[in-house]
Amino acid sequence: MALLVAHGTMEPTNIFDPNYFHKVVDCQYACPAHTPVPEYIRLIAQERYTQAYMLNWDSNVFPGVLGRTCDRPCEPACRRVRTEETPVAICRLKRAAADNKGDVTPYLPHVPTEKNGKRIALIGAGPASLAVARDLLPFGYEVHLFEQDEKGGGFMRSQIPAFRLPEEVLDEEVERILDMGVHCHFGQAIDSMKALMAQDFDAYFVGTGAPRGRDLELTGRDQVDEYIHIGIDWLSSVAFGHVSEIKGKVIVMGGGNTAMDCCRTSLRLGAESVKVVVRSAFEVMKASEWEKEDAMREGIPIINNRPPKEFVHENGKLKGVLFECVTPVRGDDGRLRYEPSGEPDEFIECDHVLMAIGQDNHCPWIERDLGINFDKWDCPELDEITLQSTNPKVFFGGDSAFGPENIIWASAHAHRAAISIHLYCQGRDLKNDRPPEGVNLLSTKMGVHEWAYDAAHDPAQRHLVPLVEHESSLNNLKVEVELGFDAQLAAQEAQRCLNCDVQTVFTDNLCIECDACVDICPMDCISFVENQPEAKLRQTLTAPALNAEQDLYVSDGLKTGRVMVKDEDVCLHCGLCAERCPTNAWDMQRSVVHIPQLGSFGE
Amino acid sequence: MTFVTKPRVHHPKLPINDLGLTRRDYEGSVSTLCAGCGHDSVSAAIVQACAELSLPPHRFAKVSGIGCSSKTPSYFLNRSHGFNSVHGRMPSVITGANLANRDLMCIGVSGDGDSASIGLGQFAHVVRRRTNMLYLVDNNGTYGLTKGQFSATNDKGSTSKKGVPNLYEPIDLVSMALQLGASFVARSFSGDKRQLVPLIKAALKHKGMAFIDVISPCVAFNNHAGSTKSFEFMREHMQSAVQADLIFGQPEITADYAQGTRESVTMPDGSILQLYKVDADYDPYDRIGALTYVQKMHEEGHVATGLLYVDPDAVECHDILETTAIPLNELSEDALCPGSEALTAINQGYR
Repeated sequence: MALLVAHGTMEPTNIFDPNYFHKVVDCQYACPAHTPVPEYIRLIAQERYTQAYMLNWDSNVFPGVLGRTCDRPCEPACRRVRTEETPVAICRLKRAAADNKGDVTPYLPHVPTEKNGKRIALIGAGPASLAVARDLLPFGYEVHLFEQDEKGGGFMRSQIPAFRLPEEVLDEEVERILDMGVHCHFGQAIDSMKALMAQDFDAYFVGTGAPRGRDLELTGRDQVDEYIHIGIDWLSSVAFGHVSEIKGKVIVMGGGNTAMDCCRTSLRLGAESVKVVVRSAFEVMKASEWEKEDAMREGIPIINNRPPKEFVHENGKLKGVLFECVTPVRGDDGRLRYEPSGEPDEFIECDHVLMAIGQDNHCPWIERDLGINFDKWDCPELDEITLQSTNPKVFFGGDSAFGPENIIWASAHAHRAAISIHLYCQGRDLKNDRPPEGVNLLSTKMGVHEWAYDAAHDPAQRHLVPLVEHESSLNNLKVEVELGFDAQLAAQEAQRCLNCDVQTVFTDNLCIECDACVDICPMDCISFVENQPEAKLRQTLTAPALNAEQDLYVSDGLKTGRVMVKDEDVCLHCGLCAERCPTNAWDMQRSVVHIPQLGSFGE
Repeated sequence: MTFVTKPRVHHPKLPINDLGLTRRDYEGSVSTLCAGCGHDSVSAAIVQACAELSLPPHRFAKVSGIGCSSKTPSYFLNRSHGFNSVHGRMPSVITGANLANRDLMCIGVSGDGDSASIGLGQFAHVVRRRTNMLYLVDNNGTYGLTKGQFSATNDKGSTSKKGVPNLYEPIDLVSMALQLGASFVARSFSGDKRQLVPLIKAALKHKGMAFIDVISPCVAFNNHAGSTKSFEFMREHMQSAVQADLIFGQPEITADYAQGTRESVTMPDGSILQLYKVDADYDPYDRIGALTYVQKMHEEGHVATGLLYVDPDAVECHDILETTAIPLNELSEDALCPGSEALTAINQGYR
């Protein structure tokens, strides 16, 4: 972000600020773990799946799992959305790398047999703890993992149904980490943090998730307890084989991804009919767009604007649920409010209700006299950067840190926590001694008209992921619905990536202001104008730069006294400015952003 | 030369004109000229002018001769009629096209070699005939296609890339056009679209012979220190006499120009050509005055640019020839060839 100087005109952009070009790579910037998306998509295009996988593994630890289940904050951020197209299918490309990879063992980090003498306890074997283990092990830490279930994976195993995430995919990625030398203490729930701390580990990492599903205290709730199930607990029972069928009519309450998993699982476990009933409007449901689509494609109706009123029962048996009818009204602040619609209450018949209305943090096993402070929502008081709690030995990450998020956030937290644990064990400062972010710029120019990336813009629409035949998936919980991209589809989809990490780098003292770049730019990104304050400048460009979230790249003063201003918003990174530049004032340079990880210490 | 194809996708907020087209719809194929060539900016200026005027591309005839400049009609107005003719013979071909179909908008693009050397005679006569067209010269003072010899418009004393000065007097096409009867004469610079685009728009709306000499630097052979046709020289030495702007509806009052230096001319289609006189004493309707001004500027080492002369009421070729208002190509065979009886009657008239 260029800064404003005293007289109001814009300062030249500092492209060596790691954040400047990072922000241009919208997908990577939006990803909590900052996975270098365009780089691995190029590797997929080159059929170098193993390398693409390892680049992912390094950054987000669970590429195979995430390639199927990620919340994909990268995709709505994709630049192609702003060029009025559909985003690149980033998530499914990640899966293609995982599906097609070869043996990754030669690329795994070396774990020293001689340990550094520090013992770390990780509580809960979910994605956060596993990722912390992976980061710490190559540095010689002795890592102990405590988990109440018999297998590792946490909610990736207990709550994500097998038709979305096959068990073998999860097992492979969990075991890869466990095989690095984790001391596993599975099947033993930690019911006292105090007792654990008596074992005198050097540091503790709590990655126990947000394990408490919310319930609804409505009229009739207590009378029909046996027919009402908490969504995440129910999914977990299904995952571990304790529940294998659900009979009759099912109502799923809630509008998040758990609700979508509950309804689709019910359908596969023999429910006669399944309905999702949501308190709020369709467009504000928490579930991802594609998960809603998946449920609807399987014929599950989603009924919106229906807050529940009462559980209706007869002779101790659930008959159905009574819902109020409301209409959403948009207030002046842009938020939706719900008013009674005037229709009579709606009774929906059912035999079972699955509650998927949210989950909370819950750590009753952490005694409150250990110096670990909790806030009123039962979340630990943490430093947002270091993830250290008020007890300096105890760190949190994943959902147990700031409430329910997702796997990719768990990976991101894990990297931060691992750095903190390492610094803590070394007696160094947790903030000042963190490895810095950095950026490297590498020219992609190979010859007069040759670039080390495929610059051409592919106008193709997003490729759809092939699905398994409807019948066979609905009859079997374990049949994965999505077949994933094969190598050919992956290659085609990879071509749609705009290579936003190949940056347009401008060298002002080479420019002769011939306008060639202005004339050729297909998106009207480039202007040569008088410098002005940012708000004014944005209006005077070749195409007004109205998306204030995207930066302007401003050069130093040129010979005519003007400046080059490039609006980063809709640049296609096609390299035509550099192709048409007679003096190489424009160059296409690959930016490699260094996101701090424990490996960044290079020790 | 560019090997990356220009993507068809465009800025989501790109303006759509009265015909429902964007500026991108007026482009041609991607230029094969050297990177940084001034001619590409001129093509881009033509594209912008036509798009802003909402002119229908299929009503254009674009004709050129031979040379770097003459390749450029491929790079604008993809969906129009075109003819890449013989060296220096663009005027003949465009005259034919315009005579056959007077409703076509004619753009002739030529260069300093094509117009001031091999085609000088054709240039002189098409101006004399006042063909209703835009005659645009991409003037870089050098023979770029044959590796940079001085052209006939290169100034005396201006040096080659290796520092050798030119020994001959230049041909000034602007002075010639003024002298020979062009009714719209302007000079501009490829590196100044703020001046060039309005001039092209005004020229396209002008009825009669409109001539624009565009100094368009050759980055490969004539953009060095010592050249008088380089980006730097032009930026330092161009003097604008009159800035033109084409306005639809009521002229807008801008504070930038002092009262008395602004004049309005109503164009044949009702649009208004606004003239901002940079020098308050300059008279853009005075042909002799314009000639003197251009020569005087040149003597002083400056390059006179802007709209130098305009005669909004001038006659054009079809007026002189008193041709029918219906384009000749639309006349039926009966009307075009009334038969031997009519011929006999005409012949009788001469006896």
